[in-house]
Amino acid sequence: MSEIRIQHEDFDPGAEIEALNGAQGSVGAIASFIGLVRGDDGLIAMTLDHYPGMCEREIAAHITEAKTRWPIQALRIVHRVGRLIPGERIVFVGVASMHRQAAFQAAEFLMDYLKTRAPFWKREERPSREDWVEAKAVDDESVKRWH
Amino acid sequence: VKILYFAWVRQRIGLSEEDLRPPASVTNVSQLIEFLKSRGAGYAAAFNDLKTVRVAVNQQHTALDARIGPDDEIAFFPPVTGG
Repeated sequence: MSEIRIQHEDFDPGAEIEALNGAQGSVGAIASFIGLVRGDDGLIAMTLDHYPGMCEREIAAHITEAKTRWPIQALRIVHRVGRLIPGERIVFVGVASMHRQAAFQAAEFLMDYLKTRAPFWKREERPSREDWVEAKAVDDESVKRWH
Repeated sequence: VKILYFAWVRQRIGLSEEDLRPPASVTNVSQLIEFLKSRGAGYAAAFNDLKTVRVAVNQQHTALDARIGPDDEIAFFPPVTGG
């Protein structure tokens, strides 16, 4: 079971994690990641733009890939779009598996691909200017370990 | 072809999408970019440095030499920064 949602509204991390715990007693481990808007350098807000359709396809392709690598029982990815202020949640990745290594690794794999392949773009608002966030070389490096 | 623009590519061009009929000589993404650059200063600014532009054909990441046809959906955007 996997679910991908792209939405403006916030999500409830507890409810997302609970939803990963499916059939009674079958799941041994749930790993989750939540990305937040960091308010450094005077950031007022961040606006997320995305390519509807391609985002879902790209994420689905990497979920398929993750499932060939690890025994995943359930998986949820929620990504918000629109204007978000510091402290708000941006993204949730949750993976349920029988064992912790698979859950941790699959969650990290999916986040690395989400950051480097899924068509989302961040624009930052600061008191004196607005800028599109530039892609980071460190993210490209992170994704290479899964090749 | 249907062409979509995102993030600063959209801002420089001033459009989020358009339907265009490029000349028959345009058969790949690079040629489409050359055609678009001839359409105005905003396009020229958007495609000034191709190292900073990514392309998707029919919602799949692809290279600049990818072939394109009249029914394709082509999107131009900067390197992605989600997550």
